[in-house]
Amino acid sequence: MSAVLQNLVNQPYKHGFVTDIESDVAAKGLNEDTIRMISAKKNEPEWLLEFRLKSYRAWLKMEEPKWPNVHYPKIDFQTISYYAAPKQKPKLKSMDEVDPELLRTFEKLGVPLHERMALAGVAVDVIFDSVSVATTYKHKLAEVGVIFCSMSEAVLEHPELVKKYLGTVVPTGDNYYAALNSAVFTDGSFCFIPKGVKCPMDLSTYFRINTEESGQFERTLIIAEEGASVSYLEGCTAPAFSTNQLHAAVVELVALDNADIKYSTVQNWYAGDENGVGGIYNFVTKRGLCRGVNSRISWTQVETGSAITWKYPSVVLLGDNSVGEFYSVAVTNNYQQADTGTKMIHIGKNTRSTIVAKGISAGRSNNSYRGLVRIAPTAAGARNYSQCDSMLIGDRSSANTFPYIQVRNNSARVEHEASTSKIGEDQLFYFAQRGVDAEAAVSMIINGFCKDVFQQLPMEFAVEATKLLGFKLEGSVG
Amino acid sequence: MMNRDSKTLLEVRGLCASVNAIEILKGFDLTVKSGEVHALMGPNGSGKSTFAKVLAGHAAYEITGGTVVFEGRNLFELAPEERARAGVFLAFQYPIEIPGVANSQFLRLTYNTVQAQRGKDELDPLEFDDFVREKMKLLEMNPDFLDRSVNEGFSGGEKKRNEILQMALLEPRLAILDETDSGLDIDALRVVANGVNQLATKDNAIVLVTHYQRLLNYIVPDFVHVMEAGRIIKTGGKELALELETRGYDWVGAEHKAAARVTA
Repeated sequence: MSAVLQNLVNQPYKHGFVTDIESDVAAKGLNEDTIRMISAKKNEPEWLLEFRLKSYRAWLKMEEPKWPNVHYPKIDFQTISYYAAPKQKPKLKSMDEVDPELLRTFEKLGVPLHERMALAGVAVDVIFDSVSVATTYKHKLAEVGVIFCSMSEAVLEHPELVKKYLGTVVPTGDNYYAALNSAVFTDGSFCFIPKGVKCPMDLSTYFRINTEESGQFERTLIIAEEGASVSYLEGCTAPAFSTNQLHAAVVELVALDNADIKYSTVQNWYAGDENGVGGIYNFVTKRGLCRGVNSRISWTQVETGSAITWKYPSVVLLGDNSVGEFYSVAVTNNYQQADTGTKMIHIGKNTRSTIVAKGISAGRSNNSYRGLVRIAPTAAGARNYSQCDSMLIGDRSSANTFPYIQVRNNSARVEHEASTSKIGEDQLFYFAQRGVDAEAAVSMIINGFCKDVFQQLPMEFAVEATKLLGFKLEGSVG
Repeated sequence: MMNRDSKTLLEVRGLCASVNAIEILKGFDLTVKSGEVHALMGPNGSGKSTFAKVLAGHAAYEITGGTVVFEGRNLFELAPEERARAGVFLAFQYPIEIPGVANSQFLRLTYNTVQAQRGKDELDPLEFDDFVREKMKLLEMNPDFLDRSVNEGFSGGEKKRNEILQMALLEPRLAILDETDSGLDIDALRVVANGVNQLATKDNAIVLVTHYQRLLNYIVPDFVHVMEAGRIIKTGGKELALELETRGYDWVGAEHKAAARVTA
């Protein structure tokens, strides 16, 4: 492999700084007392503590999944701190009360909480380690009945909604990491779009892990009632530590009749250094339930960070004529490992799903697509279209595709297409012979490869994603 | 096309180059002046395409000796993209496919990159669209070429037209057309040749690498060179190509050997 390509794929991580801020960090270790402590810190009602303890007891009996195509040393859950929060006043009335150091941190990350976001017209919830530090535009959203706040706040102020929906899409004992999350989750975002309301602006959450040896376990719940619609964006970064940090989130989406939820993620957690030291272990359960007829849930993800990514944003298509979509770009470099994909579970009649997954592997990384399409006997007329494309950069990376297709209804139609390509020396020479250097050439090839996914992203995010791939895969040449 | 004001564009002296440690070019000499059209002919394996790729800077070829001066500069000091920006153009024998990248985007990127280098205005997508459509008429190309991925699924003839379209956009000083005639039917050959002829000016030069005389019926060369075993062994006018068509290459080699014995 040429030096040019090597340079191109080795770029420093830009979000690797640590904010020096006084934090309230819980002692390491996990037991029932830890869980009671978290619950008490958040003034939670008794039912939620019970939810946590039940999950914890289930988790103790479970085993870490062995089937993903990723390799890492066994995680010692007793060496992790399960709660870290910047010390500040418990309740903030306005943005001006936020610790200026925190504001500076988010400015540095390109997440302005003030003017620029206001201009962009996006409401933002910001999660720093274990707690939500700010939510913008709350009042404007409240005028149309939209609730957008941190999960902690929702538990206190809208307990009936949280109780009604929490754990209905991802049950407490769903899988090892979901059970762990259900036991120790600290914060996350809560969105509720009432009947018939089209959310007037995009909602966005920005996640930041700051404390070393802490885990981030956020819990997000989005509910769109009958005829409601919302577009939700999620971004993530973390400082560069030489130790690995655990991120085990759960995201649940519920769409009732004719509701529409679009969920977009740009994940850029710290990926470890070029030798594979450090980085986030990203074990995430994301699932949407199309509960009502004609409902639609669409996942778009651009996964560039994390040492290990284990993530399958899924849709359960329960309502007749409901639609599930999954658009994904996963980029791995150096020693990163990604095992990501989706599950489309067709239960209702005439349900439809689309999967477009693009994997790019560079360095010595390993990138796997894993996807399940299940057509239940009840899903007459169901249709699925899947397309999985892999691109290899250099000759030391690998890509795998693991499609699982289970069809139990004769009237269903399932299509699967896959391809593998490589950015070759010949392509770069062709560009060079037309005056274009390798950096610009790789950028154009990658953007062409990811086009079908990028066009699903909201405008601001598409720009960010394109830039991020640039940071990730381009570098100084010559 | 020859005229008295012509300047030397390319001066190749004693060029030796190898690929995978096998020497292909063994003391290759060639001088090309502005306004000239040269045809480089010879049997398979004589080194014609190697010469073309070495000039463009393909990494697989190692230069083991000799010099190449392009417009007064040592060509080997320039990276491939710098050579292209300086005006060296290679029409590929096998144009490369780039899936997912629209031809229009690719063409605009190359055009603007070279324009910027020359201190000229770059074009936005709308301006470029008008500009490129005009150039495509020259090659009788269907506008749907612009929306397709670069060379992907193109027929042999379409790929070759796309190469000449790039030549039309980039306006090189020296264009090397590597077997542009291969894989073209007679109609396509006429269209492509006609395009090349319209691009030839008194300020640029063209080197045609070809096996066959038929291309030279349409693009008339000032010089015909015959290559064997890595160098030029005979140079003549356009009538030499006709002679090669009827007699083949063997007699040139035999004549060259005989001459070598006499001088030795």
